[in-house]
Amino acid sequence: MATPAMYGLYDEPEAAQRAYSELQRAGVSAQEITVISAEPFEAFEFSQRDHSLLLFRLAAVGGLGGFILAVWLVTGTSRAWPINVGGMPIVAWWPYLVIIFELTMLSAILTTVASLLITSGLPSRVDSLYDPAVSDGKILVGVPLTSQRAPDAIRDALDAGGAVAVKTTEFRN
Amino acid sequence: MTEDLLRPLLTTSWRFYVLVVVLVGIVMLGVGAFAYQVNQGIGVWGLNWPVFWAFDITNFVFWIGISHAGTLISAILRLVNAGWRRPVTRCAEVITAFALMIGAMFPIVHLGRPWLFFWLMPYPTERQIWPNFRSPLVWDFFAISTYLTGSLLFLYLPTIPDFALVRDRTTGFRRRIYGALALGWRGTTKQWHRLESAMQIMAIAIIPVAVSVHTIVSFDFSMAIVPMWHSTIFGPYFVAGAIFSGIAALIIAMAALRKFLHLEAYLHPVHFENLGKLLLMMSLLWGYFVFAERLTTWYGNDSAEMSVFWATQRGPYTPLYVTMVICNFVLPLLILSFRKFRTVAGCVIASCGVVVGMWLERFLIIVPTLSHKYLSYSWGSYRPRIPEILLLIATFGAMGLLYTLFSKFVPIISIWELKVGEQPELTEPVETSDEAATLWRTHP
Repeated sequence: MATPAMYGLYDEPEAAQRAYSELQRAGVSAQEITVISAEPFEAFEFSQRDHSLLLFRLAAVGGLGGFILAVWLVTGTSRAWPINVGGMPIVAWWPYLVIIFELTMLSAILTTVASLLITSGLPSRVDSLYDPAVSDGKILVGVPLTSQRAPDAIRDALDAGGAVAVKTTEFRN
Repeated sequence: MTEDLLRPLLTTSWRFYVLVVVLVGIVMLGVGAFAYQVNQGIGVWGLNWPVFWAFDITNFVFWIGISHAGTLISAILRLVNAGWRRPVTRCAEVITAFALMIGAMFPIVHLGRPWLFFWLMPYPTERQIWPNFRSPLVWDFFAISTYLTGSLLFLYLPTIPDFALVRDRTTGFRRRIYGALALGWRGTTKQWHRLESAMQIMAIAIIPVAVSVHTIVSFDFSMAIVPMWHSTIFGPYFVAGAIFSGIAALIIAMAALRKFLHLEAYLHPVHFENLGKLLLMMSLLWGYFVFAERLTTWYGNDSAEMSVFWATQRGPYTPLYVTMVICNFVLPLLILSFRKFRTVAGCVIASCGVVVGMWLERFLIIVPTLSHKYLSYSWGSYRPRIPEILLLIATFGAMGLLYTLFSKFVPIISIWELKVGEQPELTEPVETSDEAATLWRTHP
């Protein structure tokens, strides 16, 4: 279902920050405000939310999963098909550590990438809230328009930030 | 900046086509040599008893070593948050991806019947081949696969925002292609945080993997009870050599990009100077390893090892050995020790020497040993033939071709990372209260 939205485009992160603050003053919660830019602006408040250690935790879980899988693979296959190689034990831990290490790291890496894609909503639909002007360096600050929210108040807040343009659009969640 | 860095993607000069034709020609020489080898059999190479590994395995080890330029160096620079890394990282990561592909090809090229390469794959079949996890060749498979997968992802992830930039500037078919590669990236704060977290994790994970890859390549030799191979120094020696040759390759690639894509505004002399210092440090480390290895062998005076030792010091391989030492140690030391010589040209000359020297080093690890095994009745010699030489030349052509095509279709410098690097430094911490007046960043 299409959701109407209003957004402003800003030349500078300071202007985007002003709009962000004005929107909050107008009663819009931080979670409802979308800020889109062509580069990260770590030094601004609008960029301070959404920090999470989730990816690190998932990578650790993925690495653990890879470790267990690798141990199962090397011990299980060796026992299922025992071959005598140079008098080494059938389950020879020293050489197996190499395989276990590689599979642990591979699993952690793949889990990280999968987590990144899933938690970032990628691949995403092309009709999400977006303006190609972002690629030209503009910063987009947008808010969904709900029936309880006066569009004029949102427009005022976006204008107060110093928007170079304020637009309305529809996007799909 | 964006327009400048996207210029190679959006405009094409005739020089690009000429370069591609020349490089394709060089690659075709190698393809022709390989076709001849497949048709006539591996006997067209100079391999013969007792030297069954020579140019092919030298190329394998050399290119896997070159691959250490990218991901490893990029990951280290990311973790230490070196500001000067920003224009360098992608140039480096691309080398890893292509060098690994070229290197990993050689175990297959080297097979007498390369069309039966799938017989190498360890899976239960009627041939009763089963994974032997105790074999260093199986370790190679796992290590190189992991490193290649990790490196490709490490290259791709920070490219996604740049693909989105290109998507928004193109139309038609190109827009669809870049749109698919951008995965619908918009640049929300959440996406930026997740991307940066993912890159941090990848950097942490890829460093030990990169070290393990060349250690395991060294295990292909050091696990064998063969004179001058069965050595505990081989792991770190190979890793140091790989980073050494990798930095040299990176300097050459950056200089070529700077010259041909007119990236002087982004790849500054200071980048070359910093990489030149790293190259000098690795040259000293390489010299230390060679000295430690040679001194230990000489002092031990084991007859089997000494026969290999003297083959490189006073025997048929001496000219190659001396060339290697000059290229890897003397030349970098003479050029890079002096600040006034650590220019772009100086670094490139030293790097070219190191690339040649490191290829010779790989060759001198393999061939003298195989031609001087324990008993003198099994001694032999090796002389390369034209198909092998053409294959070697073609690998450089393939690297150049892949690199040229990549820099044509993908921004070779990470645009968004460069922009972040240009953001002014904070003079005081950012407040996060609701008061608008305290929210803004203070510029210096």
